[in-house]
Amino acid sequence: MPTPFEELQARAATRWEELTAGESAWIRVGGGASGQAVGADKVLDAFREAVESSGANATVSMVGAPGLMYLEPQVDVLMPDGIRIFYGNVGPEEARTIVEQHVKNGEPLLDRAYAYTARDGTATNGTDRVGPGTGDLPTLDSMPMVALQERIATRNFGDIDPHDILQYVANDGYSALNRALTEMTPDQIVDEIKNSGLRGRGGAAFPAGLKWSFLAPSNAPVKYVLCNAEEGDPGAFNDKGIIESDPHTLVEGLIINGYATRSSHGFIFIRQGHEMSINAAGKAVEQAYEAGLLGKNILGTEFSFEMEVSLTGDSYVAGEETALMEAIEGKRATPRFKPPFPAAEGLWKKPTNINNVKTLAYVPEIVRNGAEWFKGIGTETTSGTAIVCLSGHIKYPGMYEIPMGMTIRDVLEKVGGGVSEGERIKVIQAGGPLNGLLGEEAFDTIIDFDAMTAAGASIGSGGIIVGNETTNVVDLLRTLIAFNQFESCGKCFPCRLGNTHMLEILNRMCENKAKSSDLALLQRVGLSMKAGSLCGHGQLGYNPIESALKYFGDEIKASLNGELELTGVFGDGTMILPSRTRP
Amino acid sequence: MTTAETKQSSKLREQIRQVLNSQRQPTVTVLSSLLAVQDSIHHLPDEAIRETATFCGSTINEVWSVASFYTNFRFTPPGEKTLDVCWGPSCHILGAQEILNSVHAALELNEEGESPDGKVTLSYNTCLGACAQGPCIAIDHHLIGRQTPESAAKIARELRGLDG
Repeated sequence: MPTPFEELQARAATRWEELTAGESAWIRVGGGASGQAVGADKVLDAFREAVESSGANATVSMVGAPGLMYLEPQVDVLMPDGIRIFYGNVGPEEARTIVEQHVKNGEPLLDRAYAYTARDGTATNGTDRVGPGTGDLPTLDSMPMVALQERIATRNFGDIDPHDILQYVANDGYSALNRALTEMTPDQIVDEIKNSGLRGRGGAAFPAGLKWSFLAPSNAPVKYVLCNAEEGDPGAFNDKGIIESDPHTLVEGLIINGYATRSSHGFIFIRQGHEMSINAAGKAVEQAYEAGLLGKNILGTEFSFEMEVSLTGDSYVAGEETALMEAIEGKRATPRFKPPFPAAEGLWKKPTNINNVKTLAYVPEIVRNGAEWFKGIGTETTSGTAIVCLSGHIKYPGMYEIPMGMTIRDVLEKVGGGVSEGERIKVIQAGGPLNGLLGEEAFDTIIDFDAMTAAGASIGSGGIIVGNETTNVVDLLRTLIAFNQFESCGKCFPCRLGNTHMLEILNRMCENKAKSSDLALLQRVGLSMKAGSLCGHGQLGYNPIESALKYFGDEIKASLNGELELTGVFGDGTMILPSRTRP
Repeated sequence: MTTAETKQSSKLREQIRQVLNSQRQPTVTVLSSLLAVQDSIHHLPDEAIRETATFCGSTINEVWSVASFYTNFRFTPPGEKTLDVCWGPSCHILGAQEILNSVHAALELNEEGESPDGKVTLSYNTCLGACAQGPCIAIDHHLIGRQTPESAAKIARELRGLDG
């Protein structure tokens, strides 16, 4: 008799075969927030309409964001012969032509396409060409920004419909959970995660397995595992990317986290307003319940686990682990004193573990392929990959999963294609607004937690904002500090007042009204924040300035001597800033 | 308070109670309740604070402490449409300040708030989450990327029913 999981897999295989190996074509439109932002919804509607009105034999789906965001809206067509052809920057008006010519007549629009793949990987080495029909098109895998990636957490992006659990299962989904529940003890999983070297991807880089091992021994009947999806860092969109493009990988990771730590409940914590993430996560949880992957006696085993999506209001500090627990409890999102640490006393005073979306998204593949496999990717101190988000003055903005150990320069030049406008990349802001700015002399730094920290920045959440030679570093610093000032929760006055004070000074600097003593004042305020704040928001708030002094000292000194080139829409160095604040 | 106002208030309170009671998720808190009310009637009137306190067994003080903390909560009705403009560092580098300026002009504003005709509420957003498509704006949470000062101003004017 087949097990419950084998039954699920059989249903999934049938579904996948219908989509990929039948008589009908499969048209996939890249979605996600980034697709929506450039009109993917309208493109989807146009393709549905074109298929219906032309009577073409095709299924149209919206899939997640494939990561090459500069090519969005993106559409690809998989024909019954197994050849899949990718079109970039597609407008709704092109739907009819693509459906008529490519799907109905079997003649792809080669001058509009940018890449192809063939079934069973027969053309994946970058040189093979498959018969007539693909012309001189490169294979997808031969494009540098694809070839340089090592897709683990993002493995299904752009391939499956995130709202269809069967498509996830058909691509090995939930097989790690099945293996964990039927072949492994909780302690074995904790050891596996420990041995893999997986470090937390929310920014703090704490060893995940060690964190899990703090929670696992407690015999408390109610224990919580929380997934932090409060992704507030400007420049980072990989957490939302995972949830929008492949939410089941997160749900599976969180269930395994729950099993390994013998926990009873899981929460996925998302900010209101991010509707696509909220819908995708909510639907994934619902489908997991329907499939018997959540609830009582999961997959017929002794293990029971509940999960829900918890919404928060607008607050950046809600992403701090103890503030997050306050928010789930429905209060102001301000950090708590530690100790007690969450593993002893967390959500509603129960033992609790908190992991970032990306950290959890690696878990199924680690359990499926083993710790050694994961450890073999990346660097000695940071195994695995970094999911970098490139934005700003970069030719190919997008989300790319690269092995740890690649240099910043390779990420910018080979993956990102270099500067988009202007002559050169002058500055990058890496790891969120509490982390540093790096100049060109640091671009040979490798991407791994320790090397980045040594350079004065951080991988943090994976965001890399790129500025060309026209970017005024003092003005960029002011924007970062303005963000931190606006988002201070206000609990610790060194952070609340310190950020306000630093913003005042930076305003003076940008307007060429600063005094030479202002630099020492900035430093003093920054050090007070570091010493006197409960959480990273205050403790790290001086980081951007400190790193900028290292790489752009001349520019900062110029602003203190009244010699800065004035910026801004009014030409006087002033900036439009929100006037609201938290009482 | 006039009779008409009292009637209106009691109707509003009833509506809020319905929203509070129809929360589907297992964990219901002050924050989830306030989010649900704002999602439904787009702001938190006095009645919402009071009804949430009763519903959650909290004090008005506790509810207000939550409502005043999260910057998405508002206490007066917004315009018919909400326009968010991102001013985060990534969009800033790509010209968000010029976009804010042109949108101000299009909405006859010089800060966040409602356009004089009450049609559009302008909010500054710290990050809309589609940085790769920046500069970004959003209409009622629907993202629109790759903006210029001109395209954003056109959208803002169209939201007011004026020619782009």
